[in-house]
Amino acid sequence: MSEIRAATGSPMLDLLAGFIQELRDAGLPVSLTENLDAMEAVKHIPLEDREAFKYALGATLVKNHSHWRAFETVFEVYFSLRGSEYDISGEAGGDESGEDREAELGAGTGQGERSGAGGGEAMTPEELAEMLYQALMRGDEAMMRAVARQAVQRYAGMEPGRPVGGTYYLYRTLRNLDLDGVLDRLMTRAHRDAPEELTPLEARLEEDEFQSRIDELKREIEAEIRRRLVADRGVEAMAKTLRKPLPEDVDFMHASRDEMKMLRHAIYPLTRKLAVRLARKRRHGRKGPLDFRNTMRHSLSYGGVPAEPKFRYPRPSKPEIMVVADISGSVAAFARFTLHLVYAISSQFSKVRSFVFIDGLDEVTPFFEGTEDIAEAVHRVNTEADVVWVDGHSDYGHALEVFWQRFEKDVNAKTTILILGDARNNYHASQSWIVKEMRHKARHVFWLNPEPRSYWDTGDSIVGEYGVHCDGVFECRNLRQLESFVENLA
Amino acid sequence: MVQGEPDPGRELDGRHRFDRPARGDGTLALMDFRFDSVEGVREGLAKVDYLADEGIAGVVYLADRLQKPVLVEGPAGTGKTQLAKSVAEMSGARLIRLQCYEGLDESKALYEWNYKKQLLRIQAERGEDQGWDEIEDNIFSDDFLLTRPLLEAIRAEDPVVLLVDEVDRVEVETEALLLEILSDYQVSIPEMGTIGAEQIPLVFLTSNNTRELSEALKRRCLYLHVDYPDLDREKAIVLAKVPDISDSLADQVARIVRSIRQLELKKSPSVSETLDWARTLVLLGVEKVDAEMAGQTVNILLKYQSDIAKAVKEFSSEGQAFKRGGPFSTDE
Repeated sequence: MSEIRAATGSPMLDLLAGFIQELRDAGLPVSLTENLDAMEAVKHIPLEDREAFKYALGATLVKNHSHWRAFETVFEVYFSLRGSEYDISGEAGGDESGEDREAELGAGTGQGERSGAGGGEAMTPEELAEMLYQALMRGDEAMMRAVARQAVQRYAGMEPGRPVGGTYYLYRTLRNLDLDGVLDRLMTRAHRDAPEELTPLEARLEEDEFQSRIDELKREIEAEIRRRLVADRGVEAMAKTLRKPLPEDVDFMHASRDEMKMLRHAIYPLTRKLAVRLARKRRHGRKGPLDFRNTMRHSLSYGGVPAEPKFRYPRPSKPEIMVVADISGSVAAFARFTLHLVYAISSQFSKVRSFVFIDGLDEVTPFFEGTEDIAEAVHRVNTEADVVWVDGHSDYGHALEVFWQRFEKDVNAKTTILILGDARNNYHASQSWIVKEMRHKARHVFWLNPEPRSYWDTGDSIVGEYGVHCDGVFECRNLRQLESFVENLA
Repeated sequence: MVQGEPDPGRELDGRHRFDRPARGDGTLALMDFRFDSVEGVREGLAKVDYLADEGIAGVVYLADRLQKPVLVEGPAGTGKTQLAKSVAEMSGARLIRLQCYEGLDESKALYEWNYKKQLLRIQAERGEDQGWDEIEDNIFSDDFLLTRPLLEAIRAEDPVVLLVDEVDRVEVETEALLLEILSDYQVSIPEMGTIGAEQIPLVFLTSNNTRELSEALKRRCLYLHVDYPDLDREKAIVLAKVPDISDSLADQVARIVRSIRQLELKKSPSVSETLDWARTLVLLGVEKVDAEMAGQTVNILLKYQSDIAKAVKEFSSEGQAFKRGGPFSTDE
C-alpha cells in the first residue's frame, strides 16, 4: 500500500487511475481489489511490451469475455501510440516520419523509384489503390499499416476540432477504397495464377483468406482514425465519444450493423445459460406449501401427533405461449431476439406459437417446428411470412382483429399472450377492445415495448391505450431486460 | 503446519508468503518464482507441445508472480484443461485435479473425518481411564483426517499444480468452498484450526461458461479467455501434434477449419476435433483435401447433422454463388 501511495503522482499511475475510471464509466464492474491487482501486475511486466501490458491489465480487470471489446477500445484510446506524426492536419503528416514510411513502402512494393517521392500528398489515388492491392495480395502487415495511414490521410478529410464521430471518417475512407472491387480483383488474379483450375473449395479458401486480410486492414484504418482523433481531442473526450455499450446494454432499436452482429453472437450463450438456470430452478425449487390432509393422514401412525409434515409438490406451471410480434422496420430486430429467446427455452413451455404482423398477420409456428436452427427460422420469418395487407405500415388494430378472428378459438385459460411492438399505429383505429377480450380469455397478456418509457404515448404511439387492458407492459430495450422478462415468464 | 487453535501470530505468518522458510535442497529459489519471463513460459510450454499465444503465456507468468489463481474460460475443446496439464508437466509439478459436478460438497472437495476409524479408537480406549478431553484431542487429529484434492494441494510439500475443472458445474453455494483456498491458500477446519499452505500452488480453474460465476470467485482470480487459435497457431498445433503430416496438408486443414468456424453453427469445431480430422486425413493417405474428401470426413469435425449439411452445402459449388449477398449474409 505504502509503495503505491508513494508512487502516486507518477504519470503511469495517473494514467492507470484514469483508465480504470473510464472502464467503470463504460459499465465494467472493476472492484478495488482488481484495481490493486492491476497495479501490482504491471510492475512485473516490461512496460515497453505493449501486448503484454494489455494482457496484464485485461487479466486483472476484465472478468467477462463479452466485456473485452469495451476494454480494448478504452485501452486503445488510453495507451495508443501518440506523437506528432499522428497530427490530424495533413501538413504534419508529410514530415520525416512520413517519409520513412514512404521509403518502407517503396521497398515493399519493389518499386524503388518512388521511394524518393516524399510525403503522401504526392501519391495519386491510382498508386494508392495499386499499393492496397499489393499489400492485400501478400498479406504484408507493415505495408497494410502504411496503406491504412495513407488512406486515412487522403480520404477521411479529418479537420482539427470538428465534432464528428470516428465512424463518419471510417465510412468516408472505406467508400473511397472500394474494398469489394479489390476483393474481386484479388480473386480474379488468384484464379489466373493457379496452375490448374481452382476447385470451388480452393476458391472459397482463397476468398476467406483475402477477406480476413481485408478485415485486418479495416481494423488498421479504424485504429489509425482513432489515434488521430485522440491526438486532436485528448484522451478523456475521446474515451467518452468512443465508449461502446456492453452487448447486454445495446439498444435494439438503435443498434448498428456491427452491434447487431455482436448481439446475435451474444444471444446464443445467453439462451444456453438461461435454459440451464431455469432447469435448475425447476429441479431445486421443490418446496411447496404444507399439504394438510396428507400430514394428518400420516400423523395417525404417531398417535395423532403430526410428527412428519408433508408438503405439496408444486406443479410446475408450463404455460402455453403465443407470441404476437410486430416485424415492421424499426422493431424487427427486437421481435427477432424475442422469438429467438422464447424458442431457445421452449422446453420450459408446453407449447409455443408465434404470429407476426405489420398490417396483416400470419402464423409462423411451422417455420420453427421443422428446424433446429433458430437463426434460419427467424430469417425465413422475415422473408416468407405474409404480413402486408394494404400498405406495409404498422396497423395494430387490423392485425389484432385478424388474430382474434382466426385464433380466438385457440386461446384458453392456460395461454399467455405476449404482444411485441412499439404500438406506433400510424393513427389507425386502435381496436383496443380486442386486448380486453384477450385478457378475459387468456391467463395473462403482456406487452413488451422496445421503446424507452419516456417515448411511450408520444406521437402515434398508443401503448397506453392497449396497456390498461394488459397484465403488464414492460420496457424491453436490451438483452438484459429481455432476459429477465423471459426468465420470470418461465 | 497444524495448530491446536487459531492464533493470530500464526495466521499472520501464513499471509507472509515471501517469508516462507527455505528448504535445504535449494529448489526453493526456483519455487519463489517459477518463471523468468513471459517468453520463458512460452518456450517452456512449446517444449511440452503446448503452443501458447502471447495472452496465455502472459497470464500464466502473472499467475506465478502475483500468486493468484487463473480462471480459464472459453469454448469447449480449446485446450483449457490441457493448459493446466502442460504447465504441470513443464514445471515438473504434480497435477492435482478436482473435477466439479453438480452436488459436489465439502467432503468430496476439501476433507472428511474418517469416522469409522474414530469410532474404533473410542471403543479401543473404553477400558482405560482416559479423560474425554484427551480422547477428543486424539480423534480430531491428523491421523483421522481424509484429505481431498483441495486440502491435498495445500498440504503437498512437493510442487503441485491444482486444477479445478469445470467449476461452472457446481452450484453457486458450493463455489463458496473455494473462496478461502483461492484467496488465502488456507483451509479452516473447525476442530483443528487453520491449515496454511506449505507452498503456494499454481491454481487453474476452468469453466465452459454455462452460467455466470459469482463475483467473489472472479475477483480472486486472474481471468483468461482461451479462444479458437488463429490460422498460424492452429497450423502450428496441427504440425506439432500430428506426426507425419505434411506442411501443405496442415495448412489446408487449418484454412478449412477457419472457414467452417465462420459459418453460424451450433457447435464450431474445436482444436481437438481439428487434430482428429488431421489424423484421419493422414491415415487415409490424403495429400490434398478436395471438396468431396472434405464432405466425406467432415463428420469428424462437426457433430450436428444440421451443421454438417450446412458446411457441405457451403463448400460445394452452389454455395459459392451465395457467398456475398445471398442467404448467407443474414447479417445485413
